Amino acid sequence: MRRISLSFLPILVLAAGIVVGARAATASTTLSLVAYSTPKDAYGKIIPAFQATTAGKNVSFNQSYGASGDQARAVAAGLSADIVALSLEPDVSTLVKKGIVPSNWNQNPYHGIVTDSVVVFVVRDGNPKKIHTWADLAKSGVQVITPNPFTSGGARWNVMAAYGAQRAQGKTDSQAIAYLKRLFKNVSVLPKSAREATQVFASGKGDVLLTYENEAIYANKKGVHTEYVLPKQTILIENPVALTKSGLKHSEAKAFLKFLWSSKAQKLFGDAGYRPVLKSVASSAKYRFKQPKSLFTINSKALGLRGWKSVQYRFFDHSNGIMVKVIGH
Amino acid sequence: MATSAAVSVSRAGAVLGRAGGGLARGIAIGYLSLIVLVPLAALVWSSRSEGMDTFWQEVTKPQALSALKLTLGVSVLVAAFNALTGTAIAWVLVRDSFPGKGFFNSVIDLPFALPTIVAGLVLLELYGPNSPFGVDVAFQRAGLVLALLFVTLPFVVRAVQPVLLELDREMEEAAESLGARRLAVFRRIVFPNLLPAVLSGVALAFARAVGEFGSVVLISGNIPFKTEVSSVYIAGQIESDNPTGAAAVSVVLLLISLAVLLAIGAFRHWRTRHDR
Amino acid sequence: MTAKYALRFGALSYLALLLLLPVGLVFYRTFEHGFHPAWAAVTNPQALHALWLTLIIAAIAVPLNTLFGVVLAIALVRHRFPGRGLVNAIVDLPLALSPVVVGLSLYLLYGTGGWLGGLAGHGIKILFALPGMILATIFVSLPFVVREVVPVLREIGTDQEQAAETLGAAPFTTFRRITLPAIRWAVCYGVVLTTARAIGEFGAVSIVSGRIEGKTETLPLYVQSQFEGFNTTGAFAACVVLALIALATVLAMRMFRPREGAG
Repeated sequence: MRRISLSFLPILVLAAGIVVGARAATASTTLSLVAYSTPKDAYGKIIPAFQATTAGKNVSFNQSYGASGDQARAVAAGLSADIVALSLEPDVSTLVKKGIVPSNWNQNPYHGIVTDSVVVFVVRDGNPKKIHTWADLAKSGVQVITPNPFTSGGARWNVMAAYGAQRAQGKTDSQAIAYLKRLFKNVSVLPKSAREATQVFASGKGDVLLTYENEAIYANKKGVHTEYVLPKQTILIENPVALTKSGLKHSEAKAFLKFLWSSKAQKLFGDAGYRPVLKSVASSAKYRFKQPKSLFTINSKALGLRGWKSVQYRFFDHSNGIMVKVIGH
Repeated sequence: MATSAAVSVSRAGAVLGRAGGGLARGIAIGYLSLIVLVPLAALVWSSRSEGMDTFWQEVTKPQALSALKLTLGVSVLVAAFNALTGTAIAWVLVRDSFPGKGFFNSVIDLPFALPTIVAGLVLLELYGPNSPFGVDVAFQRAGLVLALLFVTLPFVVRAVQPVLLELDREMEEAAESLGARRLAVFRRIVFPNLLPAVLSGVALAFARAVGEFGSVVLISGNIPFKTEVSSVYIAGQIESDNPTGAAAVSVVLLLISLAVLLAIGAFRHWRTRHDR
Repeated sequence: MTAKYALRFGALSYLALLLLLPVGLVFYRTFEHGFHPAWAAVTNPQALHALWLTLIIAAIAVPLNTLFGVVLAIALVRHRFPGRGLVNAIVDLPLALSPVVVGLSLYLLYGTGGWLGGLAGHGIKILFALPGMILATIFVSLPFVVREVVPVLREIGTDQEQAAETLGAAPFTTFRRITLPAIRWAVCYGVVLTTARAIGEFGAVSIVSGRIEGKTETLPLYVQSQFEGFNTTGAFAACVVLALIALATVLAMRMFRPREGAG
């Protein structure tokens, strides 16, 4: 008996070793993606596409979507994140300040920007109030819907688009701020987020909604009866993606990030209504979006836009920002 | 000998049992502390973490004050309205009889059992922009009031029903036979007996209305200074990364809740004494 | 005579307009396009997981609140101890507290920088994970068993229990054979209320969940996320599931309600 059981032992050990080794080879990694709300459908397709590649094999994802600032705040409070995809750069900067995202996150050829969009005017089917320009928005009797810039990232893009458009038309800084005051007189509802604003507009309130182009496209896809107008002057919305310090520990996370700038992923973003940043995709016939006559960015110094850090403080500081007086009661 | 041994065993058992009971009681109170007390202590501490000046600043911000005024005003309105309708519904369910009464009696509990977000969605569908009746109260105070009426429905009804059931009808019948009109009978004989129950239900309805979030967040539009209640304001402050401000306003709501609790407790005390 | 009919008509119309019509409409809208789209909307993995998560959280919160609720009720009624009034008030507190305040207090306690925020560093995830959601649910559904058992305990008095004790019964036997049967129906009713509150919880859980799809999304949260994504069929279908659970709860409440009269 003993002789038999002893001879089994090495076989058992070998079998165990094979089983353990095999399991280690197929052991899966789980990555946590925390994103703002609008790219949910896009990532819903991009993640399976990544998992079909060799780098993405056996990688599973935890996904969380919500308002951009809210998600950044949650990550700062402890929400696990390996990859953060947010609506605007300041939300990533908050995480850099809190030591969650490394400060060199945007040191790549695309400066950390994975998708573009523009601010557009969403109007009712047929554009009954004939809204085409920024001046039309400030006309009396026009009801404008835009989210609250103190809670919504999208709203801040809207405000800077409005300001920049005035400057692009040759107005001075004080004239542009005066325009903002006139514009916000026409704003009766200030929803908390861009998505909520879309829902308010879809429910029949207001004549025009200021929002991201990709959000307008998404709403149409979901059956909301609206069309959108690309204003002559508008801002280039740039959405950042970053790896957190915990994400850096996983090679799969780095691979996923790289994949987001691949032609496949950029095409999927394009299908979801975003403007791809990869030139080869952006210039292709299918994904060539209409270009506004005057497209500026948050870094267009000539128009008084000196990057998010200064804009955030000057316009959106909770106590002293310009918007406090513009919206003020 | 046997009986004294039995007595001493049972006494030892009682002592141990009491000690064991004491242990169970201690664990239960520890449970209560961990679940309720410690988080609330963290809340209060956090609201003062940047100093009392900041606390007052946050609580007296125009938007916060406006939300608080709206919350209290609307809750008082809804609670008072419930005093009337709740009593009327309880009356109909107890004193009246008609086919389907059991069904109506059961559905009173539905607002309690339904998740608040479902209540909000359900009301939005019928009384919002997609309303088949063309009645649209979304994004207005009327929508807010509607949501609160929905969630506070059961409180006064369920508080009044058992009292009405137990009420001795002899006095009423005597008064009626002496020629008193029904309204007078109600006002002078029935209502005084119902009052503690009505008040207890009103206090519960008020407390619920003050803190309501899920049903309100969809239909009211959460417009600052117009339809934004305190619970939504607090959620907004959390989302804007201002937890101190959120905590400060929460402490104010907490104090209001405590005051209401004391009122409810007082009525319950009054009622149990009344019954004896 | 007409006063009676007017009152009946008024009360029932109020109930119909406020309660029955809205709930009925959502059932109608869900199945408007047929049974299959609605069924598909609630049998996808995300929805199924949300339902499972909701039930699991209730399955943990309710027994805990029942066990500790009975112990607390006995302590409050049968024993005099220092701080009894305070404990009584604390037990009732969740009834009067906004769920947002509950969520915020847990967020402040267990978040980075909170008193117990360090737990996350040791691998014990409370916030944005199941434990935090369970704690929030326990908090809001805590009072019900206690509140139902306390008046019954007061009413039945201690005569039988004292008699058992003098006859030599051990305290636990007394509890098991005399106290427990007497409070049985009160406990059942309390359990039903606790379950309803636990399943229906939205505000507190939405703050502590982190909205991780397929991991920390309960069915009420799923309703919200579907609605926000313009997936109205999905939102309504999930509402119907929750409404059916609510109806079952209401029936259970009717069964166990104390002092049920001619209703």
